[in-house]
Amino acid sequence: MSTVPLENKDLLPDVEDDATRGRPTLQKRVRQRLTSRGATAAAIFVAVLWTIPTFGMFISSFRPEDNIKGNGWWNVFTDRELTLENYADVLSPGGSQSANLLSYFVNSLAIVIPGTIFTLVLGAMAAYMFAWGRFRGKDGLFIFVFALQIVPLQMALIPLLQLFTKVLTIGEFQLLPSGTYAQLWVAHTIFGLPLVIFLLHNFISEIPGEVIEAARVDGAGHSTIFWRIVVPLATPALASVGIFQFLWLWNDLLVALVFSGGGADVAPITQRLAELQGSRGGEWQRLTAGAFVSMVIPLAVFFGLQRYFVRGLLAGGLKG
Amino acid sequence: MEEIADKGLQVVVGLAVFAAIIGLIMLVVDRAPKTGREKVQIAGFLAPALILLAVGLVFPALQTSYLSLTGRNGEFVGLDNFVWMFTQPEALVTLRNTVIWVVIVPLLASSIGLAYAVFIDRARGEKVLKSLVFMPMAISFVGAGVIWRFMYAYKGPEQDQIGLMNQVLVWFGQEPKQFLLDAPENTFFLIAVMIWIQTGFAMVVLSAAIKGIPTEIVEAARLDGASAWQQFRNVTIPTIRGSLIVVVTTITIGTLKVFDIVRTMTAGQYETSVVANEMYTQAFRAGEPGRGAALALVLFLMVMPVVVYNARLLRKQKEIR
Repeated sequence: MSTVPLENKDLLPDVEDDATRGRPTLQKRVRQRLTSRGATAAAIFVAVLWTIPTFGMFISSFRPEDNIKGNGWWNVFTDRELTLENYADVLSPGGSQSANLLSYFVNSLAIVIPGTIFTLVLGAMAAYMFAWGRFRGKDGLFIFVFALQIVPLQMALIPLLQLFTKVLTIGEFQLLPSGTYAQLWVAHTIFGLPLVIFLLHNFISEIPGEVIEAARVDGAGHSTIFWRIVVPLATPALASVGIFQFLWLWNDLLVALVFSGGGADVAPITQRLAELQGSRGGEWQRLTAGAFVSMVIPLAVFFGLQRYFVRGLLAGGLKG
Repeated sequence: MEEIADKGLQVVVGLAVFAAIIGLIMLVVDRAPKTGREKVQIAGFLAPALILLAVGLVFPALQTSYLSLTGRNGEFVGLDNFVWMFTQPEALVTLRNTVIWVVIVPLLASSIGLAYAVFIDRARGEKVLKSLVFMPMAISFVGAGVIWRFMYAYKGPEQDQIGLMNQVLVWFGQEPKQFLLDAPENTFFLIAVMIWIQTGFAMVVLSAAIKGIPTEIVEAARLDGASAWQQFRNVTIPTIRGSLIVVVTTITIGTLKVFDIVRTMTAGQYETSVVANEMYTQAFRAGEPGRGAALALVLFLMVMPVVVYNARLLRKQKEIR
């Protein structure tokens, strides 16, 4: 984590004022100015290029159906007709024809929140033992868990689905009934664990040993130490990793396709959006509004909690 | 409303069951007899995660490996699925596309991300500029699929264009084009979407690394009269080499596993399929779990060296510290 110090930015002195330090010739200074002008221009160009697709979709989602289908969104500057109808349309639960996105939105929340909590709790418990437990084969086991990230999701899907539907079923009773969120929670938890354990281990192992030792000497057991000391101290880390896991689950499509069954009672919004694209690829008034509905939560998390998000990303970037 | 209440109830029950399980574990762990308590505690903390991983990843991975040697009805067929993969034209296209993806995406996303990170370093409005390029990271691949299908939307030459890309072609006096239908270049238009998403990731990590370069080194280079390019070549690149490798490998792995973009934009038709998508198509749509498993295994073999390399690097870094 500490290989990429983020906060240093504020500590660095401003290097702009080279006049006070070295004394570059006027010519050199002019040239440097120019290159940095060019660089800034290039950067702004890239930024615009990167923003236009999202911006275009955002504008379009407020345009009436006929306008979206009739001409490009850049015409909005001349015909300024805007409406909220597209949103009303995709969210409302009317009939089988409707996109009914509100239901799927709720599903996404219902899948993602427990899925994130389960992964965090189980991951933190395991990470704590890997960091502070004393038992034989600890390092080997930890490396093995880390290495499980190599296994692509795709390899686990078929057998896991069979396990849920065949093995964990006794007569009519399904331990993880299909048509509910349970299968998705468990699947997401399993797939998230290797990375979450690894990341949390990095944080938790950095808690000063004296703190843990002092508690042990006072006679505290592992459960007390874990809940009273480790969890409170690791809260920022839990937040970073949690946000990341949250977004990852929210944006998932593959796991949902395999385990959700696809109905309005379980399937998440990403799956519905993918479906709409397949069946109604030309209905741009619905697709643009729908896409934006599906992006509201991730974007809110992104802009609201960017610090944590970036921190989680940097930690994640080191995992590979 | 009733529906939402039902769903809420499901969530509450799920959370309650989970809390009960964890509570029970803690209780057992605390009440364990003095002798061997340490062992019980360790087992109690590790067991849930390890059991889930064994059941949900280790065992399935082994089973998939076996599945790759079976046919439509579960009969043993030896290496037939792999022979299919490396001889049939439609499967070969998939492999070819995957190679194209995995070469281009990490290369372009990292270079653009690096250039951008350097350009905006200490520029005015750096934060805003960063957010703009970084934002696609937060958007799902499915959402990105909608956004870009809209960019590529096609209308006949006599109509007004609604897709920006085609409008640009028209502005330059060209005929509008079916970006997603015309092979082989359509693969590159899908790749553009992945680059659009991954550049932000590369930029943020590399920007953090650049900020971590000690000021003295930069100052020394400046005093020696190094030009901006020389500074970049001889100071920036070597110093952030570690982060650069991490970025490239991470994007490589993500690209190998790319599924959603292809699935939602073309569903792998028009010669755009990649291994991760074809695996899903074969196993869950075409009723060929054996072929799907074989593709998954190939994916595993392609990802493995990258992760191993990364893990090695990580260990080295730890040793240095």
